[in-house]
Amino acid sequence: MDVSWYLVLSAMLFAIGAVGVLVRRSPLVVLLCLELMLNAGNLALVAFSRSTGNQDGQIFALIVMVVAACEVVVGLGLIVAMFRRRLPLDVDELRKLRG
Amino acid sequence: MIQVAFFVGAIGAVGGALAVVALRNPFYSVLALIVHLVSLAGLFLLLHAQFVAAAQVVVYAGAVMVLYVFVAAYVGQEQESLYEPLAGQRVLAPLLGVAIFVELSIAVLGTALSSLSSRGPTIPLSFGTPASIGNLLLEHFLIVFEAASMLLLVAAVAAVVLAGRRRTETTEEGA
Repeated sequence: MDVSWYLVLSAMLFAIGAVGVLVRRSPLVVLLCLELMLNAGNLALVAFSRSTGNQDGQIFALIVMVVAACEVVVGLGLIVAMFRRRLPLDVDELRKLRG
Repeated sequence: MIQVAFFVGAIGAVGGALAVVALRNPFYSVLALIVHLVSLAGLFLLLHAQFVAAAQVVVYAGAVMVLYVFVAAYVGQEQESLYEPLAGQRVLAPLLGVAIFVELSIAVLGTALSSLSSRGPTIPLSFGTPASIGNLLLEHFLIVFEAASMLLLVAAVAAVVLAGRRRTETTEEGA
């Protein structure tokens, strides 16, 4: 398979994830859509790694997975803390930090 | 054969991604993301990235998604209200998504990338195996490896600090 097929698929997944971040308002689902975007990036990295015959892209993908896991842990910790304080779980209502 | 496998994986990945965005119940969104991640692992196998595919299934679809499932069950199903604070957001966001997709596709297909090679170079049999990835991680990318472990430690401590029950909070609840 040509590498551009994988890249177009990766672009499609990234666009779907971006739409999800913009449309959904539950912070949990926004985190899920961020995962979609990170995985689209991973797919492009691995595809380029195959097309250049170099394994560095796969290392990059692994590190992206580590960073995604950290982001998930901190994000879910925030969601649990918000739930404990009975704050609304809706990203449109949590706008006190907006200038 | 490879084409069939690619399209099966691609349909699974795109379908899972669409289901994550479209389903109303966050719990079902998490399950749809697992379908998406497993399909992506299949695509990684097609690209000769065996170790990345295994890590995707074990770490992502296994461990991280268990975390999501627990939090989704803990928080419960809060229905998103139909009230729309930003007018036209539901219409503008998909348009923006289509614009990003078209722009990225033009960037990918419009360059001379396709003239490089259609099938990629011939690769050794050990390409992407755990042994060669481990060699690379511990020889060329040792600092990156250690930084990643440090980052994981910091994130674990942060999660405990963020989600842990504080003393003032418990007294408030008791009063």
